[in-house]
Amino acid sequence: MPQSATATVLNILESHFSLIVEEWLGTQVREGVKRSDLFSDAESRAQNAELLKSFAKGVRNAAVDSDFNLEDAAWEDLRAVLADVTKERVNRGVTPTEMATFVLALKTPLFARLEAMREDDPAALIREVLLVTRLVDAFAIYTNEVFIAEREQIIERQREEMLELSTPVVELWDRVLTLPLIGTLDSARAQEVMENLLQTILERQAEVVIVDITGVGTVDTQVAQHLLRAAAAVRLMGAECIISGISPMIAQTMVQLGIDVGTVSTRSSIRTALADALKTVGYSIQKHREA
Amino acid sequence: MSGVTSIHLVGNALLVSIQDDVTDTEIVDLQDSLSHRIAEESVRGVVLDISALEIVDTFVGRVIAQLAGISRLLDAETYVVGMRPAVAVTLVELGMYLPETRTALSLTHALSQLRRG
Repeated sequence: MPQSATATVLNILESHFSLIVEEWLGTQVREGVKRSDLFSDAESRAQNAELLKSFAKGVRNAAVDSDFNLEDAAWEDLRAVLADVTKERVNRGVTPTEMATFVLALKTPLFARLEAMREDDPAALIREVLLVTRLVDAFAIYTNEVFIAEREQIIERQREEMLELSTPVVELWDRVLTLPLIGTLDSARAQEVMENLLQTILERQAEVVIVDITGVGTVDTQVAQHLLRAAAAVRLMGAECIISGISPMIAQTMVQLGIDVGTVSTRSSIRTALADALKTVGYSIQKHREA
Repeated sequence: MSGVTSIHLVGNALLVSIQDDVTDTEIVDLQDSLSHRIAEESVRGVVLDISALEIVDTFVGRVIAQLAGISRLLDAETYVVGMRPAVAVTLVELGMYLPETRTALSLTHALSQLRRG
C-alpha cells in the first residue's frame, strides 16, 4: 500500500530527527544565516530541535492536505515556538532575510531524504515535495509576520519612551514651571506637551510657565501654531506663559512667516525669562557679593 | 429659573459658580440676572468659577465671552478661574481664546488681583 504524502513526511521527521537537525544547521551555515556571532551552536541546535519537534507534532495531529491552515489548534505548539524563536532573533538583530532563509533552509534536508526514498516514484516525490514546500513556506510567512509585529512593537515602545522623555515639566521655583523643548514639535508631541504642561500647572498651582525653545531646531508656521495654542491654553488656566530661547534666526523666520504672537511674552534667553517670572511671583535675584 | 447657578457677593466682586449640569436656558438666565446684579451692586469684578465644568462647547464658550463683554460695559473686570486642563485644550481647539476675559488659577488669585487693581 503506498504511503500517503503526510505519512512519508512524518516518517522522515521521526526516524531521521537528529540527522535533519544537523543538516538543517548545515544548510543555515552554507546560506550564511546561522549568525554564530549572535547564537552559540548549542542555542541554534536547541532552537532547531524544538522547531522540528513541534513540526512533527503538527504533522501528526493536523490536516496537512488541502485543508492545511497554520491557524489550526494542532499547530499551536509550532506557532508558539516559531514566535519565540523569531522574537529572540529580532531582539538580537537578525535581518528579515536571514530569518526567512533560516526557516526555508529546512527544505534542503527534507528534500534530500524524499529524493532518496522516492527514486522509483517521481509522482509521489512531486506530491511530497509540494506538501513540504507548502508547510515550510507557511512557517516562513508566519515567521515574517511575527518579525514585523515584533519590530513594530519595539518602535512603538521607543516612540512612547521618547514622548515621555522629551516633555519634562520642571518646577524652577515656587509657582514657576519650565518646559525645555528639544527636537521637533509635531502635532502628536505638541498635544502631549500641552496636556502634560496644563496638568502640572494644576498640580503645582503655577503662576508662570517658561516654554524654552532653545533646543527646537526650526520654527515653521505649524510649530509656531502649536506653541501659541499651548500659550493660549496656559492663559485660560490662569497662568502666564513666557516663550524663551527665541534665537535671532528664529525671530527673523517668524517675522518673515508673518507669525503674530499676540499678547504672549517672548524672550531671547531663559535667563531673562526667569528674572521676569520670579518678579511676577514676588521674588528677585540679588547679587550677594563681588565675585 | 436660575436655581442651579447662584451669584454671591465676595468683597467687591460677584462670584458665580457654574455647575457641570448647567443647561443652556439656565446660562441665558444667568446672563440676565448677573448683568442686573453688576449694575445694582456696582462691583469692580466678576469671578466665574468654572472648576466644576468638565465639558465645554462653543455655546458655553460664547456665553462666557458675552458675560465678559457685558461686565466690561458695566465697568467690571471678568475673571475666569479654575479652568480644567481638558476644558482649556478644548476651548483652544475651538479657537475660543477668550481675549476679553482675565484668567486666574483660583478664586483667591482672582480676588488678590482685583484688590491690586
